[in-house]
Order: sequence, then C-alpha cells, then structure tokens
Amino acid sequence: MAGNQAVLPAGRAPRLQLDRDALTKRGLMVVIAVYLVAALALPLYAMLSKSFTTYSFDLARYEFQVSDETGGNWSDPVSAKALNDKLNAVAPADLATISDGRLPATSFFPDFSFRSPVKYRIRGVGPTAPYLVGLELFNSNEWKELSGNDFRRVMLRPVQSRSLANYVTYFSTPALFRSIENSLFIATVSTILTVILAFGFAYAVNRSCMPFKPVFRLIAMMPILVPSLLPGIALIYMFGNQGYMKELLLGESIYGPLGIVIGSVFFTFPHALIIISTALSISDQRHYEAAESLRASAWRTFWTVTIPGARYGLISAAFVTFTLVITDFGLPKVIGGQYNVLAVDIYKQVIGQQNFEMGAVVSVVLLIPAVVAFIVDRIVQKKQVALLSARSVPYQPRPDRRFDGFCLVWCGVVAFFIVGVIGTCQFAALAKFWPYDLSMSLNNYAFDRMDGGGWEAYRNSIRLGLLTAVIGTAIIFTGAYMVEKIDGFKTGRGLFQLLAMLPMAVPGLVLGLAYIFFFNNPANPLHFIYGTMTILVICTITHFYTVGHLTALTALKQIDQEFEPVAASLRTPFHRLFARVTVPVCMPAILDISIYMFVNAMTTVSAVVFIYSTKTNLASVAVLNMDDAGDIAPAAAMGMMIFYTNAIARIVHAALSRGVLARTQAWRKR
Amino acid sequence: MIRKLTLTAGVFAAALNASVAFAETELTVYTAVEAEDLKRYAETFNADHPDIKINWVRDSTGVITAKLLAEKNNPQADVVWGLAATSLLLLKTEGMLEPYAPAGVDKLDPKFVDNSNPPTWVGMDAWVAAVCFNTVEGEKLGLPEPKSWKDLTNPVYKGHVVMPNPASSGTGFLDVSSWLQMFGQDEGWKFMDALHENISAYTHSGSKPCKMAAAGETPIGVSFAFRGAKSKAAGAPINIIVPEEGVGWDMEATGIIAGTSKLDAAKTLVDWSITQKANEMYNTGYAVVAMPGVAKPVEHFPENLIEKMIDNDFEFAANNRAAILEEWKKRYDSKSEPKG
Repeated sequence: MAGNQAVLPAGRAPRLQLDRDALTKRGLMVVIAVYLVAALALPLYAMLSKSFTTYSFDLARYEFQVSDETGGNWSDPVSAKALNDKLNAVAPADLATISDGRLPATSFFPDFSFRSPVKYRIRGVGPTAPYLVGLELFNSNEWKELSGNDFRRVMLRPVQSRSLANYVTYFSTPALFRSIENSLFIATVSTILTVILAFGFAYAVNRSCMPFKPVFRLIAMMPILVPSLLPGIALIYMFGNQGYMKELLLGESIYGPLGIVIGSVFFTFPHALIIISTALSISDQRHYEAAESLRASAWRTFWTVTIPGARYGLISAAFVTFTLVITDFGLPKVIGGQYNVLAVDIYKQVIGQQNFEMGAVVSVVLLIPAVVAFIVDRIVQKKQVALLSARSVPYQPRPDRRFDGFCLVWCGVVAFFIVGVIGTCQFAALAKFWPYDLSMSLNNYAFDRMDGGGWEAYRNSIRLGLLTAVIGTAIIFTGAYMVEKIDGFKTGRGLFQLLAMLPMAVPGLVLGLAYIFFFNNPANPLHFIYGTMTILVICTITHFYTVGHLTALTALKQIDQEFEPVAASLRTPFHRLFARVTVPVCMPAILDISIYMFVNAMTTVSAVVFIYSTKTNLASVAVLNMDDAGDIAPAAAMGMMIFYTNAIARIVHAALSRGVLARTQAWRKR
Repeated sequence: MIRKLTLTAGVFAAALNASVAFAETELTVYTAVEAEDLKRYAETFNADHPDIKINWVRDSTGVITAKLLAEKNNPQADVVWGLAATSLLLLKTEGMLEPYAPAGVDKLDPKFVDNSNPPTWVGMDAWVAAVCFNTVEGEKLGLPEPKSWKDLTNPVYKGHVVMPNPASSGTGFLDVSSWLQMFGQDEGWKFMDALHENISAYTHSGSKPCKMAAAGETPIGVSFAFRGAKSKAAGAPINIIVPEEGVGWDMEATGIIAGTSKLDAAKTLVDWSITQKANEMYNTGYAVVAMPGVAKPVEHFPENLIEKMIDNDFEFAANNRAAILEEWKKRYDSKSEPKG
C-alpha cells in the first residue's frame, strides 16, 4: 500500500486500493449480475425478437406447368407469384398466415376442373418450398406431375420470415384490441375499490381503539396464502348458477367483469393494506396536535393531515394493485366467462393455440402498463422515505365509541368476506357432488384421478417452495450485501441495482413466456434445464427477486457502515464479518425473505404455467388445470391444500423468528 | 491368462448387455385421453411390459396438437397414444410420424388404419359427440329436452348452452367439422351463428360442458357420449342426447414420432396398443373400438349412437382445420372461455 502511494503523483485524487476482499466482493456481485442477465434480460430479449417472427406464403418459391387436353404439350414454367400478380387471386393481406396455414394451389387456376384431362406439374424453387399433396408433405425442386383430381389436393405451406406484421394484426383485430380496454377497466375499478377498502381497514387498525385488532390483521393477510384462482372458484360456488347466494346478484351473472373485480379485490387486498398501513403508521402525532390546537374539525384534519401524510402510500398501493390486477390471469380465466383481458389473451394464444408469436406480441403490450406503474411507484417510494424525520412522534389513538364501532363494522365486513371466500372453498372441497349431494367426503382429494398431476404436484410444489426459499434467499441476500457494503464501483452498483429492480416490472406471465423462447431453443447451451425443477426454481427466484432485495437492503442499511472499515483494519476477511455479524443481525429479514419466497412459490401460477413439465407438475398449476377440465371441487381442494401448507409455514416462520430474535437480537434491547 | 481375461471380459459384457436389456426404458407419450383413464392404461400395459415406463404428457386435443406442431423441429415426444386422428393426420402432413405397421394390424377394421403403406398411425376407438341435458335444471327453467342440433338454436335456450372451443378441444372441433360436413359450408356457419346466440360460454376442454351440466352450472352441455355416461354413472341427473341429424366423431389413434431415440420401445408400445387386451381396455369407455367383435355395450351409453355417426371425411377435417378455426375465431372468439 505504501509503495503504491509513493508512485502516485501529487494532486491526483487517491484511488481506492483493491485488495483480495474487494475483488471477491466484486466477483460475487458480477456473478449474481450475470445470473440476473441470463435469467431475465436475455429471455426478455428472446421474447421481443420472437414477436417479430411471422409466417407467410412465399409464392415466388413455387412453379407450375400445365398440359393441354391430351395430357402433353406442357406450357412454360410459371411461378405462383406471376400468376397471382396477373389474377389477383389471393390478396397480399391473405398471404400472411400462421405456422399451420395452407393455401390451395388451385387458387391460381380459375378455370381448374378436377374432371378435365388437363395435367399439372408443381416444383419448388430454392431450398425450402413445402407443399402438400393431400396429406403427404413434399419439399423438392423436382417436377411433380399430377392429374387434375390430385392437383386439387395440393396445398402450399407457409415459410418463416421477420416483420412487424404480428403487431399490425394485433392492433387491427378488434377482439384482441378490446382486451386492452377490458383490462384497463377491470384494473381501474378493482384498484379504486381495493384502495378504499384497504385504507379504511388500515385506518381502523392504526388509528382506532377497536377490539380484536390482531385477529383482523391475521385475517387480512389470509388471501396472500392462496393462489389468485381460489377466489374465482369460491365465487362460482357463492354466486354461480348453483351458488348459494345467487339471489344477491339480482340476476347479474358472476361470470365476467363483476366476478373478476370481486376476486381481484380479494387477492390484492393484503398487498394494498401492507403499503397503506405502513404509510399510516409513520405519521406524526405533532401534526394532529397542531391541528387540534388550531381547532380544525376532525373532517378537516382528515383531509389536510391524514390524507396528505398517507398520499404516497395511497399512490403506491394504487399502482401495485393496478399492476397485480392487469397482469393476473388466473382469476379472469376461472370467472371471466366471455370477458377477455390481456393477460388471458397471452395464455390463450400460447397454451390454447400455441401461437407463440402472437403471445409474444401481447406480452410486449402488457409490459407497457406494468413498466409505467413500476416507474411511478419507484418515484413515489423515494419521496415516502423523505417524510420520516428523527423527531417524529408516533400517533397515539384515543378511544371514541362511535368511531371505534364504525371501524369494527368496516373491518368486520371485510374479514367476513375473506373468511367467507376461504370457507366456501373448504366446504365445496368436502361436498360429495355439488349441488345435488352435499354429504361430506374426501373424494375430491383423490387428485391422482384428475388432471393436473395428482399428489405428486403437491409434493413438487413443496420442493419448489423449499428450494426457492433456501437458494433464493442466499442469492438475494448476498447480492444485496454486495450492493450495499461495497466501496466504490459506483457504475457497477448502479447497474446491479437496476437489474435487481427490473423483475418487479415484468409480469410473471411475460417472464414465463420469455423462458420458453430462451431456454427451449436447442441452440442454447442452457437448454438442458428446460423441463426440470431447476428452471422452475430459477424462474420463481427471478420473478420475486425485487421484494426480497428491497427487504434485505432495508435491513442492511440499519447496520452501521463502520463495521466494514473496522473489519478491514483488523484484517478480518469480509466473509467472516458477513457470517459472524451481518447474517445474525439481519436474521429477521432473512427469515422474512424466505417465507415470502416460499409462500409465493406455492401460490404462483403465472410464470410457471408455461414451463412446468410432466415431471414437475405444481399444485397451483393443478388448480388451474383441474378447473379447466371441469373438476372445480377438486381444484378447490388443491387450493385449500396450498392454503394449509402456507399457513403452517407461516406459523413455523413466526416461531422461528421469535426464537431467533431472542437469540440474536438481544443486543437491540437496552 | 489371456483367455481367462477375454472370458471375464465376455462375461462382463454379457452382464452389461443383460442389464441394458432389463433396464427401464422411459417413453414420453403425448395423449389427450381423459386423465382418470391414464393410470389404468399404463397399469394394463405395464402388466405385459414392466420394462417400459410411460411418462404421460396430457392436455386437451388442441393443446397437445399445437404442442406437437410447435415442437416440430425439436420433438420431445416418443409416441402419441390417444390423440384425435384428425390431429395425427396433421402431424403426418408435417412428416412427423414414423411409418410402422404394428404386429397384427390386419386384424383391425381398415377404417381404423392409415391408408399409407406402411401406415403412419393406427386407431384405437371412436369417440362420439353427444349433448348432456340436466333434467333437474331443465325442469326448473322449463326447458324442453332438445332432440336435434337445430333445436339448440331455439331462443328458449338462450344462455343455457355450453360447448367446447374447437381451437383447443378435439370434441369442439369434431362438432364444428361435422356441422360443416352435414349442413354444408354456408348452412353450417349459419347454424353456428344461430347457436352462438344461445351459447353462454365456450370451454377449453371437451369434457367440461358435460361436467358443468352434471353439476347444474348449465342445463345443456355439448360434449361427448363417454363423458356423459361417466357423469351419469356418478349420479348426475343428466340425459345423454344423440341429435337426430347425426353426430360428429373422431378416432383416438396412436403413432410413433419420427426421430425418436427409443424406436424399439415405441414399437413395443404401438404393437401392444392394438392387441385384443388393449381393445378390451378401450371398450370400458368407448362403445366402438378398432378391433371388430370386441366391443361390449357400455353402461348408460345411448343405444342409437353408432347409427348416427356421420361418414367423416378426415382429409377435409385435417386440411381445412386451420382455415375453419381461423373463421371460427373471427366470428365467435369473444365469448370463448380463457385458454380457448
């Protein structure tokens, strides 16, 4: 070190010395960054390029010859393109097709009759010119001679090319375009309702003295533990044509926007609640004291103090809810009926029709609202932090019978709804043959006799959950540590931070589809992980990376920056500091990340639905597939299995956290 | 010494060979057979061939077909066992099937065998369209029991009919293809336009409409006879109606995917799939099977069903599939249940 300084000419800024530790840190950060590039950026690029792949009939690739009535005297070879230019038999727009398209060769011969003795010859020009005679495939530059009766069975096949045509088709198909409107409508209405309900709930829990607060908090978090399809299934049993509360709808059908909105409110509620609750809990008692001393009415105080104080939380919650709704497809799939939305379009195009190119186009369209919401959310989040000051005094609610009673009713209604949805699913799962035989039986739990992969799927889900929790937490926490506790290397850290935030802006559906394009390509050296558990783990970790990363960052920021320099000056390698100080201190956050990863791995459908295989069926996907096949009660039963598993995981997490807190966090107590 | 060594090596090689011969071969088999039957099929097959393990990839007909077509350049399947013949014809046009005449193919009804020589696919059984009518809900709503396809366009059924989406469901496609063949192009689409007015949803799977009818979620579900018979046996208050104009049908068929690295095991499976034992196995659900004289009547199966089966033109169905689906989507897709 001394030698180095001696070499430095005077006046130049001192350069940070890179020792082995720093190099290792940078190396680790680069490794995780490479992981994120391979698991996120490259697949997205593959998807984008797929959206430009089109199929069309290339008429210049085929040539014909026609004989006279005697079957001899062949005409000069003429290409299909030349014939079409002359006849205008096929409009240019009709030449664009899908990979499975067929074009009858007789289109170019207006006076064709299969009864005439005239004979025909066809040949390809160039290396690929596929055509069919009946059901036989030909692809050759040799002339093939056919009688009229055989020639009517000749079909040209399309070839692959690249263009913007898919986008043009998408935006000129009214049915597809309507999905955009539908998606925006559903997302907007659900967002408004969820934010109002969640705000009321959060307000009651934070600002009132109503009883049973812990119970309400617990119930409010229940929707996080189930896949988003489950409320859809419950709504069918509640309000479907055989629903027990059907009359409440006054003849309206639950299948459609109504069902999607109610279900969306259910599954987004806890997400909005957490954000708004945080915003309300950090408000400053001094503002209320000031308002009171100025004799402001409660109403005025609410609008001038409470709402402005929570506005960033509200905006943030609104955007999170909006993104969740617009990118969710499980719910509209189950309860959407005839009402098409964007997320479902992708699914329909890809799974239903295997039209991957169009699926990629819709994905790109779906990225736009998600990215906008993400950017706004980031800006708002930054401002939210600035609100807190060291001198803030936490708000202390005072009892008020009327207000507390009102809060109790509000929370009671919401809690009743949540418990009702889950209870309905449980009841339906146990009923023998809804609605004709309601005796209890476990028939619906005989998953091995249904679509979806049976009990094996459930075991796979648990494996996925555990692997994601352990590996994911390790990767995420290490990455966050490197970003937070590294010296210098600003550009690299900035880039890494961007990469780590990106997953939040990418809907699971889009991510899953991108994985097909990227990993199911025989030319990709990583192709071998396609169809394995590995790809599901990678996909799930990447999908939920950002929230874990942010949690880890928050915890790391609480550790004094002095630890690293002190360790360095004591010549303690960073990994020892990391293992002995950082990890134990951050244990609560690490456990939080693990449970978050586990619960989400159990419930997620959107990304994994594209990349699971027969050997890696998952419980959440099984719910979807069983519902698809019409086995709704078994789907509810599997959904409840996920619920119970997650609930148990939560309890274990709570017990562990308590134990860990007692052991490692004693230093926090004074 | 040297001889001893060679001997040892020889024994070792023989042992190695033996262990290879008895090692389990895993076949990836794509299928659209009902999930609840798959286990039984695999068990019956494994009783005779315990050394071949079947890994099923199951989805509805349209999805499996699309999946196979999408994997055209990089096939993942070794065998297709139990997929619509229309779909296998499509695969044939892509050159994706390995021609193979399974042992005993001459014992099958020639209608159930591909007419190329050697054939690229062999049939298993026929599955036939039918309408499931929930008598309890029908009575509640005051609906008469429909007798024909044309009856279903009667405005009294508005919002009460569910049918499968032909793009994803094999049953849905055979319905549409049979209407176009029976009524002709113009009349066929006109019929579907009228039917569309009564449809409340197009489902992804072909069995779901009947399951929905069985659960009373809809009074009428256009589905297939086998599904109806099963739901009825499970206690659902439904009648299985055979529309009098005639009903569409398709074969379930079997073929080997060209390029499979497990050709021998694939041939063993296809050989077995046309044995009498296999045909008897198919007969538990399907009234018409490929081997003549095997079929016994199936419980709850409508009696006149076989006479009502139309004379199906499979080439028409296969080569016009893309165009028919395109037209269908253009006309009716907005009502389609997701994943259609």
